[in-house]
Amino acid sequence: MARDDVKTGYKLIGTRPNRPDGLDKVTGRARYGADFSLPGMLHAAVVRSPHAHARIVKIDASKALALDGVKAVVTRADLPTGLTGEDLNLQDNTLAGERALYDGHAVAAVAATSALLAQDAARLIEVTYEVLPHVTDVDAAMAPGAPVIREGVADFSVPEGMHGNVARYMEFGHGDVEAGFAAADIVREHTYKTEATHQGYIEPHACVGQMGEDGRGEMWVCTQGHWYIRRMSAAVLGIDAANLRVTPSEIGGGFGGKTTIFMEPLSLALSRKAGGRPVKLVMSRSEVLRATGPTASASMDVKLGMKSDGTITAGQVYFRMQGGAFPGMSPIGEALPCAFACYDIPALKHEAVEVIANRPKAAAYRAPGSPMAAFAVESLVDEMCRELKLDPIAVRLKNGATNGSKSSYGPVYNVIGLKETLEAAKDHLNYTVPLGPNQGRGVASGFWFNHGGETSVTLAVGEDGTATVMIGTPDIGGSRASIGLMVAETLGIPYENVRVNVVETGALGVNEPTHGSRATFASGKAAVEAARHAMTEMCRRAAADWGIDPEAVEWKDGAAHPAGPNAGKFPPMTIGEIGSKMGSTGGPISGHHEVTAEGVGASFGTHVVDVEVDPETGRTTILRYLVVQDAGTAIHPAYVEGQYQGGAAQGIGWALNEEYVYGADGRLQNPIFLDYRVPVASDLPMIDTVIIEVPNPGHPYGVRGVGETGITPPLPAVASAIAGATGARIRSLPCSPPKVLAAIMAARA
Amino acid sequence: MSKIHVSTIVNGDPVEFLANPRETLLDALRNQLDLTGTKEGCGTGDCGACSVVVDGTLVCSCLMLAAEANGKKVETIEGMAGEELHPLQRKFIEHAALQCGYCTPGILVAAKALLERNPDPTDTEVRYWLAGNLCRCTGYDKIIRAVQDAAAEMRGAA
Repeated sequence: MARDDVKTGYKLIGTRPNRPDGLDKVTGRARYGADFSLPGMLHAAVVRSPHAHARIVKIDASKALALDGVKAVVTRADLPTGLTGEDLNLQDNTLAGERALYDGHAVAAVAATSALLAQDAARLIEVTYEVLPHVTDVDAAMAPGAPVIREGVADFSVPEGMHGNVARYMEFGHGDVEAGFAAADIVREHTYKTEATHQGYIEPHACVGQMGEDGRGEMWVCTQGHWYIRRMSAAVLGIDAANLRVTPSEIGGGFGGKTTIFMEPLSLALSRKAGGRPVKLVMSRSEVLRATGPTASASMDVKLGMKSDGTITAGQVYFRMQGGAFPGMSPIGEALPCAFACYDIPALKHEAVEVIANRPKAAAYRAPGSPMAAFAVESLVDEMCRELKLDPIAVRLKNGATNGSKSSYGPVYNVIGLKETLEAAKDHLNYTVPLGPNQGRGVASGFWFNHGGETSVTLAVGEDGTATVMIGTPDIGGSRASIGLMVAETLGIPYENVRVNVVETGALGVNEPTHGSRATFASGKAAVEAARHAMTEMCRRAAADWGIDPEAVEWKDGAAHPAGPNAGKFPPMTIGEIGSKMGSTGGPISGHHEVTAEGVGASFGTHVVDVEVDPETGRTTILRYLVVQDAGTAIHPAYVEGQYQGGAAQGIGWALNEEYVYGADGRLQNPIFLDYRVPVASDLPMIDTVIIEVPNPGHPYGVRGVGETGITPPLPAVASAIAGATGARIRSLPCSPPKVLAAIMAARA
Repeated sequence: MSKIHVSTIVNGDPVEFLANPRETLLDALRNQLDLTGTKEGCGTGDCGACSVVVDGTLVCSCLMLAAEANGKKVETIEGMAGEELHPLQRKFIEHAALQCGYCTPGILVAAKALLERNPDPTDTEVRYWLAGNLCRCTGYDKIIRAVQDAAAEMRGAA
C-alpha cells in the first residue's frame, strides 16, 4: 500500500489497494448482463436483415407464433409513430421501418420459453425483402452515381451540390494557410484511410426487461450509462422516462459502445406483449459485430508545410467519415478538433463531411474520431520528419502546444502536460535501444478533451463511522477503487471503510454515462464535494455537542476538532462517534453533490513503438511499446497503467489487424472473433508505461481522466515504425501482412 | 426431440439434469446449474471466456454439448477457491490484472491448467497458452505478471 512516490503528501491517493469488486470478479460471482434472471422469465431472439439495403415488403410471423411456448412477436408496427430527430433514428435502428439499412439491421423480435425455442421461432418468421442498391465505402458513398440510401439526411450545414448521402459539413480554422504553405521549405499532401473497427468488449449486449400493461417497467442491463438507456428506451417506446427503472449490471467492457441502445427496448416491448413476463435478450457475437457500435471509417486528406528546421508553418485537413446509415454518428465534430490539438501552428484549415452508408449505426469508441485524425496528421508529420532527417520528438517539442497555447480548435489550454510526455519519452531507455535489421521505431502523440458532464453523487455516513457512496457511473476499469480512495482521503478514514456502489436510476439524479474519461474526474469530484458536505454537517453535530459555534470546528484525520485555541478544549470527535450518535443528534447524515462538472483538464500522451517486419510475409511483430501520458494525478496508479496499456493494445489492433470487411453484396464478411482478429496475448510485448502528473487545477486532487488518449497514438506510431523498418509507408489501415508485403514489393520495384 | 439425462460431477458435486440435445455445456452450466461465472463471449471457441476443465482437459464449454459431459468431471471458476482464494485469483486482484473482469474467469481457469502442466513457464509460454483467451481491457501486461507471480509463489510453496 505504499505510495509510488512521496511528493504530494496524500495518505491514500497514489496507493494501489485491492479493488472492492476484485473478489467477486475472480470467483465468478460478479453479475454481468446475461447473469441476471427472474422467475417466469422468457428469452428473446431477433430477426435481422441479411441484406445491406432492402425494402421490407412483408413480415409473416404466423408460423413462429404457432409454436408452443412462443409468447410474443414484435415488429415496427408495435412501436409508436411520430418520433423525430435522434429519437426516430434510435427507433429506426432498434427495429427497421420500411427499409432495412444494413446487414444485421433488426427487423423483428420474438420471445419464447427458452432461448433455443426463441431462436427456432426467429427462423420461422418470414420476411419478404425487395433488395435495393447499397453502398458501404466512405468514398464510394459520396461518389457520383452512388445510391442515396436515405432522402433528406443533409442538415443546414451541407453546401449545395454535395451528394445526397452527405449529412453534415464542418469547417473552421485560423491564420493564412496559403501564406503558411508559401513560407515552408517543403509542403506535402497525402490521403489516409482507416477502416471501421469494433470496440470488441468481450461481453455481448444483454438485458432483462419487464413491462406491465400499465406501461411501467424495469430493466437490468449491461451499460455504461443507465440514465441514457432509460431516456432512449422510453423515447423509442413512447413512454415517460419516469415509468422506467434501470439497474446497471457489472459491465464486461464498453469502450463507448455501451453508451447507447441497440436492442434494449425490445425486451420491454416483448414483455408487455407477453403479459408482463420478464424477457431476457442476449446478443450473439455476430449480432454484436453486425449490428452494434463500430467506429466510423475514414478517408482523410492532409497537407502540411514544414521548414527545414522542423517548424510547421501551416496545416490543412479534409476528412470524410461514415458512421453507418444514420446521420450524426460519425465523429467529425471530435476528429477535426483533435487533428492538430497537439500542435501550436499559426495557420490551420479544417474541413469535414459526414457521409451515411449501408453499415450499422456507429457508436462512440474510445476517443471517438481522435485515432483516425491522429493517423492522418501524425503519419504525415512523421513522413516529413524522415524526409528532413529530423528527430520526431524534437519536432513535436518545437511545435507542441503548451500552457496558455490557443488550441487548434479555439479554447486556450490551461495547464497541460504534452511537452512533459515528450521529454519523458525522449529520456526513456526505449527511445535509445539500437534497432536491428528489418526493425523500425515510430513515435506519435495523441489528445483527448476529457469530459465533465451531468453528475449526481450521494454519500451516507454509517452508524459505525464508515461511508457508503452512491454513484451513477458504471465502473468498468476500477473507478470504484479510485473514487473510494478520494473519499477516504477527504474524510481522513481508511480506504476499507468506504464502500462505493453504482446505483440504479431511481436512487440519484441524472448521471451521464461513464464516457469521455469522466468517471474518476466527475463522479470523483462530486464524491469529494459530497464528502465535504457530510463533513460540514458532522462538524455542526460536534459543535452542538460541545456548545460552540460550528465555524469553530474543523475536520481532519477522520474527526471533528476544535479549530484554534479560542474554540475551547475538546477531544476530537471521530466519524465513528458522530455516526453512532446521529440518530439522537438530528438524524442520518448524508452528503450530496450534483453538478454539470466543469474544470476538465485536457489529456495528452506520447507513444514510442519498435517493430520488426518479416520481409518475406509482411507480418509485423511489436518488439517493445512505451506509453507516456499525463494523468493529472494518478489516484490508483495500477488502474491508470491499465488504461494506458489497454488503450495501446486496442490501438495496435486497429493499426495491424482489425477491420470491417464488407463483400460486394454489402454483407459483413468477418462477424466472428476468428476473422475479426483483436490482439491476443501472444501478439503483444509487455507495454511499458510512464505516468506523468501535471495536476489539473479543475479537480480537487488534480485528476484529468485517463481512459481515452491511449488509443490514439498507436495508429500512426505503428505505421511509422513499419515505414522505418521497411521503407514502405502504409497510408491505409490496417497494416495487415498482405498489405505490408505488397508495399514492400512496390518500394523495392 | 426428447431431452437427455446427464449425470456429472461439477466442482466435486454430483449433479443431474435434463439436457436439450442442442444445448451446450456452457448453457447448461449457466442456465440449469446456476453457475454463471463461466461466460459467453463469442459462442465459436475464439475468446475463451467459457473455459472450463473437463476430465483434466481445458475446453471451451461453448463448443461442447451438455450431453457430452455425462459421466465426466467438470471444473469451473466457481470451484477454484477453497476456503481461501487460489494464488492465481489473489495475484490477479493484487496486480490489477482485471478491469471489466468478464474474461477473468476463463483466463484463471486456463492459467491454472497451464501451471498444473508447467509450473515454471516463460512469459512467451504463458502468452501462447493464453492466446485463446481474449482480454480487451488490459493489453495482457498485468495478466502475464500476475500469472508469473502466482507461479513463483506456488513453486515456493511446493
